[in-house]
Amino acid sequence: MNYWQVQWVAYLTLVRKEVRRFMRIWVQTITPPAVNAVLYMIIFGGLIGTRIREVDGFAYMDYLVPGIIMMGIITNSYGNVVSSFFGSKLQKYVEELLVSPVSNFTILAGYVTGGVARGVTVGLVVTAVSFLFTSLKPEYPVLMVLIAILTSIMFSLGGFINAVFAQTFDECSIVPNFVLTPLTYLGGIFYSISMLPPLAQKLSLFNPVLYMINGFRFSILGVSDIPLWQSFAVIGIFIAILFTVALTLLNRGTGIKA
Amino acid sequence: MQALSIQNLTKTYDQDVQALRGINLDVAEGDFFALLGPNGAGKSTAIGIISSLVNKTSGSVQVFEHDLDKEPERIKASIGLVPQEFNFNSFDTVLNIVTNIAGYNGIGMRESRRRAEHYLTRLDLWEKRNTAARALSGGMKRRLMIARALVHEPRLLILDEPTAGVDIEIRRSMWEYLSSINSEEGITIMLTTHYLEEAEALCKNVAIIDHGDIIERGAVSELLSRSMQETFVLDIQDALHELPQVQPFLIRTCKDPLQIEVEVPKGHKINDLFDGLSSLGIAVNSMRNKSNRLEEFFVRLVNQSGGREELDTSVLQGTPAENGKNNTAT
Ligand SMILES: Nc1ncnc2c1ncn2[C@@H]1O[C@H](COP(=O)(O)OP(=O)(O)OP(=O)(O)O)[C@@H](O)[C@H]1O
Ligand SMILES: [Mg+2]
Repeated sequence: MNYWQVQWVAYLTLVRKEVRRFMRIWVQTITPPAVNAVLYMIIFGGLIGTRIREVDGFAYMDYLVPGIIMMGIITNSYGNVVSSFFGSKLQKYVEELLVSPVSNFTILAGYVTGGVARGVTVGLVVTAVSFLFTSLKPEYPVLMVLIAILTSIMFSLGGFINAVFAQTFDECSIVPNFVLTPLTYLGGIFYSISMLPPLAQKLSLFNPVLYMINGFRFSILGVSDIPLWQSFAVIGIFIAILFTVALTLLNRGTGIKA
Repeated sequence: MQALSIQNLTKTYDQDVQALRGINLDVAEGDFFALLGPNGAGKSTAIGIISSLVNKTSGSVQVFEHDLDKEPERIKASIGLVPQEFNFNSFDTVLNIVTNIAGYNGIGMRESRRRAEHYLTRLDLWEKRNTAARALSGGMKRRLMIARALVHEPRLLILDEPTAGVDIEIRRSMWEYLSSINSEEGITIMLTTHYLEEAEALCKNVAIIDHGDIIERGAVSELLSRSMQETFVLDIQDALHELPQVQPFLIRTCKDPLQIEVEVPKGHKINDLFDGLSSLGIAVNSMRNKSNRLEEFFVRLVNQSGGREELDTSVLQGTPAENGKNNTAT
């Protein structure tokens, strides 16, 4: 067997293991985002949204949909990798990978693909739920899938780095609770930044999540606060940085090798 | 060919714990090798470095003539590791745990399953294949780790205390199995154990490590022949009022008044002991070794090396040191 065959089989094994993990505990992993989506649609879209005039020419309920899908994708791709990789450190079965001829790139690719699988699965479920409430048809379906995948890759990498440094379960939830959630809520899920005062608009441009949500919104509604190329640039730059950091940490053995 | 060759290997953990102080070690292909040493001696650290779980501080390691720094993947493919602590996903099933490792080694699904069946059957776990690992007993978990270590058919099998917590019957069958894969399939085996009778029964060569240094090495038979003395426990007919003196044997009392302990220095006949005891009117009913011979050798050696700076190698070489201080038989 040559080197690349081994890496390929190892990669498939890892991905299978990761998908099996979140599917086995689907009540914890897939249903909560679906329930959240229903609540958002009913409360914000249905009850409050009816009192809001159109945003960018769309009913508020429709305007909400892309952000809510994106929120599921972001939290779930991040959460999948952080908890899976941290669990493998805690129970030490990360050692199974370290003693096997699996390259660090393959390890990273396997975990990230697992995170993408979870992110995209949740994305599909939330999309299905949201579309029960609206009669939207995505404007650019291929773009929609592409942005969903790239965003999952980015946040899976983030989750991986978080897990490398985490020593306790608490440290796995600090970033999701205190960084990701605020950035997502302030990233234009519920509003267009054109509704904000000028200073807040400027500050919002420093929030990377804004670019993903707007890119995604463009793929579904055809409107965005941000030019599409900027969305791709921001996602691309973040993926490159996070990937480099994650691979460097793995090569050094940070958090996993004494 | 050397299955394993280690030069000047050192490891300093954080907080300046020096776990290895420059060890040199060679294990020939086909050997059954024991790495012995007290708790904290550095055995698991050495094994961790060889199997890529621990970063070394300095030194070099070759496995089947491949260098660990240059070809880590190649080395990993040729090693099977049974670690000291359980390190599998305890929520996963026995079968998945084994087939995952096969997959990480590039073995396709169908072949992985075939091999898993073979090794799990061999280790008496096939019935448990769909059980979550956490529901296994301690001894079953050890056997699971052995099956997992063999599934990619390594040429060097490293076992860190494989028989800890394993009952006598299963331990014996594990010994038999390990011996058979060593002699029939030519797999080189290196193990650590605190059961010295295990090392004596299984291994051809040993190294003894203490405080991060290798303090003794050689063939088991050769080390045993170097032992300075053997200790026996004698069951006597009647309780003694005072301790008998029979030169040159050192006789001690035991907790049980109907037993005495006798140290027989090397080169002296046990006949002389019995003659002496008979002449004092002491009747001996039976006799046994106090502990296994390798164990006795080991305990003596490690006690002596306790004060590292004072280690007098002449003691280890079997020539009694003039200076009694370093040679106190404790
Ligand atoms: N991860 C670690 N961080 C810091 N120190 C460590 C670490 N692992 C081991 N040590 C220290 O290194 C020394 C050697 O430990 P090691 O586990 O190699 O011993 P051992 O010979 O396997 O002992 P045992 O028979 O108890 O398993 C000990 O002093 C131990 O405390
Ligand atoms: Mg140990």
